[in-house]
Amino acid sequence: IHFVLLISRQGKVRLTKWYSPYSQKERSKVIRELSGMILTRGPKLCNFVEWRGFKVVYKRYASLYFCMCINQEDNELEILEIIHHYVEILDRYFGSAYYILDEVLIAGELQESSKKTVARLVAPQDSLVEAAKEEANSISNIIAQATK
Amino acid sequence: MNPFSSGTRLRDMIRAIRACKTAAEERAVVRKECASIRAAVSDNDQDYRHRNLAKLMFIHMLGYPTHFGQMECLKLIAAPGFPEKRIGYLGLMLLLDERQEVLMLVTNSLKHNMVDYLRCLVLSTCKKEFLIIEKLLSSSDRDLNHTNQYIVGLALCALGNICSAEMARDLAPEVERLLQFRDPNVRKKHCTNISAYTAQAALCSIRIVKKVPDLAENFVNPVVSLLKEKHHGVLLTGIQLCIDLCKLSEEALEYFRKKCTEGLVKVLKDVVNSPYAPEYDVGGIADPFLHIRLLRLLRVLGHGDADASDCMNDILAQVATKTESNKNAGNAILYECVETIMSIEDNSGLRVLAINILGRFLSNRDNNIRYVALNMLMKAVSVDDQAVQRHRVTILECVKDSDASIRKRALELVYLLVNESNVQPLTKELIDYLQVSDQDFKEDLTAKICSIVEKLSPDKIWYIDQMLKVLPQAGNYVKDEVWHALIVVITNASNLHGYTVRSLYKAIQTSGDQETLVRVAVWCIGEYGDMLVNNIGMLNVEEPITVTENDAVDVIQIAIKRHTLDLTTRAMCLIALLKLSSRFPSCSQRIKDIITQSKGSLLLELQQRSIEFDSIIEKHQNIRSALVERMPVLDEATYSGRRAGSMRATVSTSHGTALNLPNGVAKTAAAPLVDLLDLGAEEPAAPSSSGGNFLQDLLDVDTSSSSQSGTTQPQKSGTDVLLDLLSIGSPSPQNGSSAPDILSISKDNRTSVSALDSLSSAIGPSVQASFTAGDAPMMDLLAGFGPSPPAPPPKDNGPAYPPMVAFESSSLRIMFNLSKQPVSPQVTHIEAIFTNKSSDVYTDFIFQAAVPKFLQLHLEPASGNTLPGSGNGSITQKLQVTNTQHGKKSIVMRIRISYKLKGKDMLEEGQISNFPRDL
Repeated sequence: IHFVLLISRQGKVRLTKWYSPYSQKERSKVIRELSGMILTRGPKLCNFVEWRGFKVVYKRYASLYFCMCINQEDNELEILEIIHHYVEILDRYFGSAYYILDEVLIAGELQESSKKTVARLVAPQDSLVEAAKEEANSISNIIAQATK
Repeated sequence: MNPFSSGTRLRDMIRAIRACKTAAEERAVVRKECASIRAAVSDNDQDYRHRNLAKLMFIHMLGYPTHFGQMECLKLIAAPGFPEKRIGYLGLMLLLDERQEVLMLVTNSLKHNMVDYLRCLVLSTCKKEFLIIEKLLSSSDRDLNHTNQYIVGLALCALGNICSAEMARDLAPEVERLLQFRDPNVRKKHCTNISAYTAQAALCSIRIVKKVPDLAENFVNPVVSLLKEKHHGVLLTGIQLCIDLCKLSEEALEYFRKKCTEGLVKVLKDVVNSPYAPEYDVGGIADPFLHIRLLRLLRVLGHGDADASDCMNDILAQVATKTESNKNAGNAILYECVETIMSIEDNSGLRVLAINILGRFLSNRDNNIRYVALNMLMKAVSVDDQAVQRHRVTILECVKDSDASIRKRALELVYLLVNESNVQPLTKELIDYLQVSDQDFKEDLTAKICSIVEKLSPDKIWYIDQMLKVLPQAGNYVKDEVWHALIVVITNASNLHGYTVRSLYKAIQTSGDQETLVRVAVWCIGEYGDMLVNNIGMLNVEEPITVTENDAVDVIQIAIKRHTLDLTTRAMCLIALLKLSSRFPSCSQRIKDIITQSKGSLLLELQQRSIEFDSIIEKHQNIRSALVERMPVLDEATYSGRRAGSMRATVSTSHGTALNLPNGVAKTAAAPLVDLLDLGAEEPAAPSSSGGNFLQDLLDVDTSSSSQSGTTQPQKSGTDVLLDLLSIGSPSPQNGSSAPDILSISKDNRTSVSALDSLSSAIGPSVQASFTAGDAPMMDLLAGFGPSPPAPPPKDNGPAYPPMVAFESSSLRIMFNLSKQPVSPQVTHIEAIFTNKSSDVYTDFIFQAAVPKFLQLHLEPASGNTLPGSGNGSITQKLQVTNTQHGKKSIVMRIRISYKLKGKDMLEEGQISNFPRDL
């Protein structure tokens, strides 16, 4: 997988993740091109578009388009499953899409095929952050009180 | 809130940005936020660093520059707490890419985190006591050690996503150790965490070996143990790493093939037969991802190895037959399985199974499935053409699908499927569809149809018929090569000239807006206009039509007035009109009026031609019919050869050394008109530098400067010469009457000899020398043609040189006659005489020459391309060399002669350095 894009129906970018090097300029060009191509496609057409010698597999969930760019010889149907996999995990655990994606894909390859495991891994990390936040709050409260 | 805080919260910023109604408002909000973040950065604000970075990531996503935040990522990564590190790494992956130098700084930090964790893990393995590890891990749940595990995860993730080659080299040993740390006893409660890191480490390794392929061998052994894992995540990533290692190293592939094939087959068997497992279940199938990865690795191992392929036959058959195909997951597995079957060593039974699966896919109603079926069938064509041919009808239907992706795939597949036996029905289908297809699909479709028709046409009439169907439908999408080729075919089909021109006439009535149709039609009407009006050469299938001469002129008049058509087309119209003025004497005055209208054209080319043609019609009735003779048949082989030749010349000139310069001046593709109008079309190339100078070509008038100067000058000189000709011609009846003689000579010998050559051979070498050397050649020519030709002896014109043997081999001799004009000492005129020393005739004789940069070489057309054997004749060709370093360097030349001897291609090469020194 070369990159993952989440685009809203209006063409606004919601998440990008690049596994192959693209410069900032190229990135915005890619996003523009792909959103132009994908958002205009009708609902019953297939979920693949050919683009610059790659294939882009996309799927729409509610008003979000999940797009993944792959090589010509990769398995498109599997990528659809990966998108679905990711969406289901997002659904089950509604938190930061980025952190979940990091547990699912690394270096453009699938890392974990169990949804439960991903959730199990993300949850404690979030609780760690929560704990740290609470701690920080209490400290800032102390400081606030002290400086009163 | 913290009293020291500044700026807004992340959520508030997002809300503010979303609330913006215009792009300008959004920019203003972002600008304000960026300013406050910058201020915080320069104050080295600690408390809100992570919030600022989160904001920056959002701003980055919107496409604004955020480079000033890069260092903040590093500061956050270096912070001790998990939350800071987490957002730091995330920012790192988003805001940076591997080419940025800041990344170098990250390496140290990453290393530090992992080394810490490794120390802890290595310690625990050494003790090899499950209980101790468990105690360690459980006791650490709430302290720093726990967070450290996750931090390693963060580090590995970042490394896997963005590491550069240098980082890869530095950190490879750590990652490798992490991979190997797998105690088979460690299970149950904590294995999830540890497995997760092993999986992350495996994927990290993929990035590392891709960046630094020589590290691949270090990972081979760890991977073998990963492949024995039970944990799906680890297995999955292990297989992936294994596939990548196989791609990188032949040795690794061989090693895995020997060691792991059987094991992997067993793993796949277990997965296929595994009972329902809710954790990995997708649509009733246990872990399709693992299925797919396993099949992919088996494909790599089985490809090109009969034993390994044999080993996996059974399980592949099982997957192909047992997998449920009512859900996407199942189809994904089947798809992968088919691909594996197609690329491993031959097993006909399995292949039948695979093709059947594809057939089922093809008739599926889901577009995705049909798309992958078409994709896969393309690969299957090379394996089993017949099996794919069986699905031809269905595939053809897919070309007409409403989905652009499917159409494109299907069209490419059809293109592969076309052969001699099915070309006619398939082409008919495609052309029928062309009428109704989308505009944006027409270009692809047209290109493919034209290519099929050109490649596989059974006979000329079919070819012409198909093109006559394509041009009115999609004439605007037809490439130049295609219609050029069509015209070559038309000229060669002498029995079809009448039929073709009548069909084109009918077509242009309805589809006058299709550029290439107009071009071909106008060209044919110009050439074969008489056949159009008189219904000459009727075929049985044809209905006679009544076309008057005025109707034919109408067509061209309409075309020339159509503003959507481009310059080339209108120029072709003018030429067609000139030709018709001679073919239809009754319309001559009307044609003259139409031509005159272009005299005021803003396009130089049209204006110039219009003036020239007008004067031909008005003042030169007597030479006109000879001027506009029907073009000789264009030789198909030469035409295709020239297409290749001109490309070769372009390449060689772009390299700066004109080694492969074909005879004459290389033509660029931009001057197709000349190709078609060039009367001496049999000659490899007539000297011409500008697309419009066809008249110059026609008369084969050459000035010494025209071929070597820039693009504007030749046009000018061309006109001058022509005007000279015309102005001289009219006041002096004597000269005027001699002009047709020239042209009639040239007409007689047109097929092999240029006007110039025949002229010179008729008059003798003296005139020829003065003619080619003169600054105003036409003047000389006509003067030389006077009733008492006082031909000046060549001696007066320059120093004399003895003839030299330039090249001699066992089969061939080349003599050079050199001459020079005193007025231009830099220029040497060479007459090359080729003699055949063998007893067999040489055909397709071509002489090529190349010179170093300080020389300029101009080749004129050869007198012929057939060289009879035993010295029974010779070919002559004139060359003109301009030495820009005259007096300093002498001439050298490299030559190449190609010809056919009894149908075999022969090539001779040599260098000529025995030129007299003072040339």
